[in-house]
Amino acid sequence: MQNKFFSGWTLIKLYTLLVYVWMFAPIVAVVILAFNPHQFGSFPMEGFSFKWFVKLSHNSSIIDAFKNSIVLGSCTAVLTTAIGVPAAMAFIRYDFRGKDFLNTLLIAPIMIPEVVLGVALLLFIRWLQQPKSFALLLIGHVVLTLPYVLLIVQARLVGIKKEYEEAAMVLGAGPFQTFKEITLPLLAPAVLAGMLFSFTISFDDVTATLFWATAQNQTVPVKIFGMLRNSISPEINALGAVMIFLTVSTPLLAGYISRRFAKGKDI
Amino acid sequence: MKEKWWKPWLLLSPSLTAVFLLLVVPVCFVVVYSFWLRSPVGQDIPAFQFGNYAKFFADFFYPSILISTIRVALETVFLCLLMGYIPAYFFYKTESPFKPALMILVMLPFWISFIIRTLSWVNILGDSGLINHMLIKLGLISEPFAMLYNEGAVIMGLLQYLLPFMILNIYVSLDGIDKSLVEAAKSLGSTEWQAFREVTLPLSLPGVSAGCLLVFVLTCGTYLPPMILGGPGNEMIANLIFKRVIGTLDWPFGSAISSILLLLLVMIVYTYNRYMGISQIFKALSKE
Repeated sequence: MQNKFFSGWTLIKLYTLLVYVWMFAPIVAVVILAFNPHQFGSFPMEGFSFKWFVKLSHNSSIIDAFKNSIVLGSCTAVLTTAIGVPAAMAFIRYDFRGKDFLNTLLIAPIMIPEVVLGVALLLFIRWLQQPKSFALLLIGHVVLTLPYVLLIVQARLVGIKKEYEEAAMVLGAGPFQTFKEITLPLLAPAVLAGMLFSFTISFDDVTATLFWATAQNQTVPVKIFGMLRNSISPEINALGAVMIFLTVSTPLLAGYISRRFAKGKDI
Repeated sequence: MKEKWWKPWLLLSPSLTAVFLLLVVPVCFVVVYSFWLRSPVGQDIPAFQFGNYAKFFADFFYPSILISTIRVALETVFLCLLMGYIPAYFFYKTESPFKPALMILVMLPFWISFIIRTLSWVNILGDSGLINHMLIKLGLISEPFAMLYNEGAVIMGLLQYLLPFMILNIYVSLDGIDKSLVEAAKSLGSTEWQAFREVTLPLSLPGVSAGCLLVFVLTCGTYLPPMILGGPGNEMIANLIFKRVIGTLDWPFGSAISSILLLLLVMIVYTYNRYMGISQIFKALSKE
């Protein structure tokens, strides 16, 4: 019987491995093909070169798109975290009427199709006779990322004990001092996680952003969408490889830093 | 030390204001706009008429896209379940020291741009993609085998996007199962398989259903995979909305299609919430 389970377990491992291969094969292919000097951006590999990356770095519209994406992502991260963290604190630290309902209300937008969100905000702005602008992208991305930030920050906040703050108060610290010396440092990893998450969602989003972007305010995914109209060029693979590198390394690095940070703090 | 009652409301007010003004009001406005008249020149005319809805249901063209959207969504849900349950079970059972790293790997696609992940399938399935290249190299075929621009390719793209959501939901549910229940079943004489079927599987169903709902809803709201990987016949409802709003600028009709999609999803989510409770989904998402 032991043996039979063992073989079943082997099958499970094999199946999981296959799912991994399936999931990562296309992503790996993008990164590999980005180094293919061949002009059609497809297999077979005909050597190894940074040609397409160099070409990208000379394309000013792509550089502009990167700048837009980074500025937009950073502003979104700051704004969403600034309004999301207090809300998460309200849900974790206080009891009040309608708490569960409000929590669901704030997180439910995850279930609203992004295409509808895109149309809704654009329609509303048009009705208010405002032009499409950076502000539209920014408020759109805040709405898009807020539910995720709330979920993640709440999950992190549950672990922070209220007793630390109470102890500080008992020992004579004022509310402001308590916040600055105790709450904020304890909150830092949650804030960081929220900011990173909203930055990445904002940086990657395309479905709703296509409705809100203008020619002047193109983000990188919107730019890629425009490039796709022609065909898949090796430049797109190179751009994809850069995006993959950026959005994957950021959370891994931040995770590492926050773990180091947490170790040093010893709480 | 009694807390002031208004404190949580003060903390909540920025978020509530933002969601109300930038989400609730605009979405309601879409529904209102769906009754307006399209004017051939200038501004659309405020009205209350069902012309846009009548247009949608006038012939079989639009409803058939709605139906095929639901069909593709169901197929995607089924395949996600098929591909996702076993890896989730693996994470639940494994005692490998690499488990955290393997979990991070499953999460990684969340961080990679949706458009990159979608178009990456062209490199695999295209005429000069990996599969055709290898088959020709091996001498199995002489002409490339057309795998792109059909429903299968669209579903590949959708699966790539949605599988992590499914795995995560099932894993969270499995992880919450009290392991002593399985031990009890086994000590009472059931085999490994019986214990799984009678104890683990039923207890993991909340996660399974949460994953299915999330995958279904997210499939219905996306237009990129059909646009990039599908052919002319593979359009989904979100593609219609995109074309009406960005292409032909027919806002009232685009709003009507959006409202129909929204109504369908609200009905499904509402039913789910009545029987299962929506919080199951939030549990998995906050794991990330």
